Amino acid sequence: MEFLGYPADQWLPFTFAALMGLSILIYVCLDGFDLGVGVLVPLADEAEQDRMIASIGPFWDANETWLVLAIGLLLVAFPTAHGAILTALYLPVAIMLLGLILRGVAFEFRVKAPYKWKRAWTWAFFAGSLLTSLAQGYMLGLYIMGLISTPLTIGFALLCAVFLTVGYSFIGAAWLIGKAEGDLQSKAVNWCKGGVWGLILGIGAISLASPFVSTRIFDKWFTGPSLIYLAPLPIISGLLIVYIWSALRRLSVNPNKEIWGPFVAAMALFALSFLGMAYSFYPYVVPEQLTIYESASAPEALIIILVGTLFVLPTILAYTALSYYLFRGKATELRYD
Amino acid sequence: MDALILSRIQFGANISFHILFPTITIALGWVLLYFRIRYNRSGEQRWMDAYMFWVKVFALSFALGVVSGITMSFQFGTNWPGFMEKVGNIAGPLLAYEIMTAFFLEAVFLGIMLFGASKVPRWLHTGATFLVAFGTTMSTFWIIVLNSWMHTPAGFELRDGVVFATNWWDIIFNPSMPYRLAHMLLASGLTVAFLIAGLSALRLLWGEKGHGVRTSFRTGVIMGAMLIPVQIFMGDLHGLNTLEHQPAKVAAMEGNWETGPNVPLVLFGIPNEETRSTDFEIGIPNGASIILKHKPSGVVPGLNDFVADDGTIQHPPVAPVFYSFRVMVGTGFAMLFLSWAGVWMLRKRGWEPGDLPKPYLLMMVPMALSGWVATLAGWYVTEIGRQPWLVTGVMTTKEAVADVPPVMVLSTLIGYLVVYALLIGAYISVLLYMARKAAKAEAIPNPRRPGEQPLPVPAE
Ligand code: HDD
Ligand code: HEM
Ligand code: HEM
Repeated sequence: MEFLGYPADQWLPFTFAALMGLSILIYVCLDGFDLGVGVLVPLADEAEQDRMIASIGPFWDANETWLVLAIGLLLVAFPTAHGAILTALYLPVAIMLLGLILRGVAFEFRVKAPYKWKRAWTWAFFAGSLLTSLAQGYMLGLYIMGLISTPLTIGFALLCAVFLTVGYSFIGAAWLIGKAEGDLQSKAVNWCKGGVWGLILGIGAISLASPFVSTRIFDKWFTGPSLIYLAPLPIISGLLIVYIWSALRRLSVNPNKEIWGPFVAAMALFALSFLGMAYSFYPYVVPEQLTIYESASAPEALIIILVGTLFVLPTILAYTALSYYLFRGKATELRYD
Repeated sequence: MDALILSRIQFGANISFHILFPTITIALGWVLLYFRIRYNRSGEQRWMDAYMFWVKVFALSFALGVVSGITMSFQFGTNWPGFMEKVGNIAGPLLAYEIMTAFFLEAVFLGIMLFGASKVPRWLHTGATFLVAFGTTMSTFWIIVLNSWMHTPAGFELRDGVVFATNWWDIIFNPSMPYRLAHMLLASGLTVAFLIAGLSALRLLWGEKGHGVRTSFRTGVIMGAMLIPVQIFMGDLHGLNTLEHQPAKVAAMEGNWETGPNVPLVLFGIPNEETRSTDFEIGIPNGASIILKHKPSGVVPGLNDFVADDGTIQHPPVAPVFYSFRVMVGTGFAMLFLSWAGVWMLRKRGWEPGDLPKPYLLMMVPMALSGWVATLAGWYVTEIGRQPWLVTGVMTTKEAVADVPPVMVLSTLIGYLVVYALLIGAYISVLLYMARKAAKAEAIPNPRRPGEQPLPVPAE
């Protein structure tokens, strides 16, 4: 099973790492915006809350499925790493799961339970979204710190928890700029403005921290010509931030043009940061402990999955696109008929 | 308590909570498609009314199924890392196919099915309903394949203590898979049939007279009456299959200690593992031999065969398997009696549910949750009956457990249990609230502060 001259136990783990990375990235972008909308909910009044939640109603379930796929790929392609990572992150994972449960059911209960419970379920929706975002940020931080818990690494992880939450709220607000009208839309522009700093600090902190945690990563970035190949990464990120900032200023004047600009730029920013991280950590899947090649499943098992993936993934992407297309335009109230 | 027992309780609690909702959505998806098609064909409003009520139940159940399912997919890593390390080469592809062929299909088309009716052409909406129902059934297929493989593993070889696949056909169509899949799908159908009948009975008792509720009630009772005999027959076949592959489980189900002929069918009793006998036993002579071997002199395996020479017990804990089995079968016979009685009475009354005797309708109300009871009990028989094995003959549960501090498992377990108790309470009370709202014909208006704009009430 050679491919382009690489033996199966080389290219298969690499392919799966790439697929897993792709689904994590899609997850972070997609569930990122709907978690962010959840975090922003207390800032709006009841009618606006209904609109905000209606704007993500048809999508959140599919968005979360990317998390299931990412964790599934980790599980099936790198079983030993899966065990090591998830047992190290036992508590934050449990907190995230409780958060996901709360917010997921709140979508339904908010509108189906007696009206007097609606506020409580809106709070559950907020609390669940917040817990989930915080827990994911914490896990990201601890992962960067090599999954080791010392007061210092925990402190960093807590910082990341805050940054990721602000980052999610930012894309949540950017999504609302596109999906909302009137007052809510101008509110969303302001929320975005308030969130930019979190995006900058978060990306900055993570980019600076990783090379200092590991000399290996430091050398990868700062020795030899790599710095030149890699220079576009920070430069484009900087330009994107400048663009977001100016687009937001234009949006406060004219809320009808470029409404998707900040959202798309924020996604690009997430993607770039993610690429940078992937470059830093490759070939490790458990930082500095286990490479993707050491922990991969048997090629026989991987090939079985890959064949299916090649057919199924494009189909999934196609019908996901269909659903975004069908529910395009400004969010309207959700009705079953 | 150590991490092993706590992890087992935690896994049991999580999956028990999860299974409650898929059992409903698997079959309810098809029922909705049926309502939808009947409406498309006839244009009769009653089918649409039935659809509109039950699609809300579906959406609510689905949300609970999804969030508890996400918990499940993390459980393997957090609590049972040994499982994937040893059998990942088989479990992995099966789980991956479940995610790719089923989860995305359901999740994406659910949005269109729920909120797209006015946005897309009718055929696309009906198609989305079909794809969601199909997706839930595919989920069931893949997860049951994996679960059945854990009970009756086939098509693999062990190399250096790790399982490698040798024949995917044998893995997928492993000996117990067809029985377990059929039994589970029927269980889902029955759960939904009785949920529909029970909740509709309540609405009738509350005085609702619309065509939608009467149509729903008839659909539920007739569906139950048609499925239950098949389920009992399948259950019998399933038991025979288990006898062949996991005799210790059958011995525990029957509460039979000594291998031999003329074994009675124990109706009641208290299995006692100290004395290795069943106290206060009431049974039908030769019953078990006849059911399992079709003759009174048939030899039925006994639990004492599964004790090693040094005294280690190699059979599952007897009491939970024994009692759960009786709960399941008892519920099954209650379903048989009530659904057939219902059909018979309906026939005499010109298929008019409103004319049914009140005590009968009252009896159907608690039956709304009978499917849950039987399904959970059935799974406890199956899963506890597999112990001490996790994958029969390949790995024990103990080998798979994670080395996590017990307090951590305990604290998260408590967290889950609290949330689950609240959610089940909320779920049932919302079902009742929706039924009452429907029964009051017009929707209960939202209490509003004076002078406020009417609120859009999305998706309710
Ligand atoms: C509505 C639900 C329901 C009802 C009425 C029944 N069952 Fe059941 N049973 C299940 C729902 C279920 C289940 C939850 O779906 C299980 C667990 C695993 C499986 O495949 O089905 C199960 C397992 C299960 C097993 C265990 C098989 C194994 O693990 O190896 C046996 C022997 C039976 N059933 C037999 C019966 C019989 C003889 C019934 C006659 C009344 C019956 N079941 C009614
Ligand atoms: C079909 C997918 C399923 C899979 C892959 C699966 C897998 C497992 C695993 C890995 C365990 C190990 C933990 C242990 O032994 O405690 C287990 C045990 C258990 N499972 Fe399942 N299970 C499935 C379905 C179910 C369902 C639907 C239920 C209940 C409604 C259930 C109830 C239990 C219980 C109660 C235990 C604990 C048994 C004991 O510890 O004595 N399982 N199962
Ligand atoms: C260890 C076992 C299990 C795991 C890891 C698991 C995982 C999951 C996940 C992640 C979802 C959410 C999918 C989405 O995002 O849409 C889900 C839903 C579902 N599961 Fe499970 N599950 C398990 C056991 C079971 C069992 C025993 C059944 C039934 C026999 C089942 C049937 C379903 C169905 C039909 C759905 C979709 C419908 C719904 O959410 O209500 N699963 N499961």
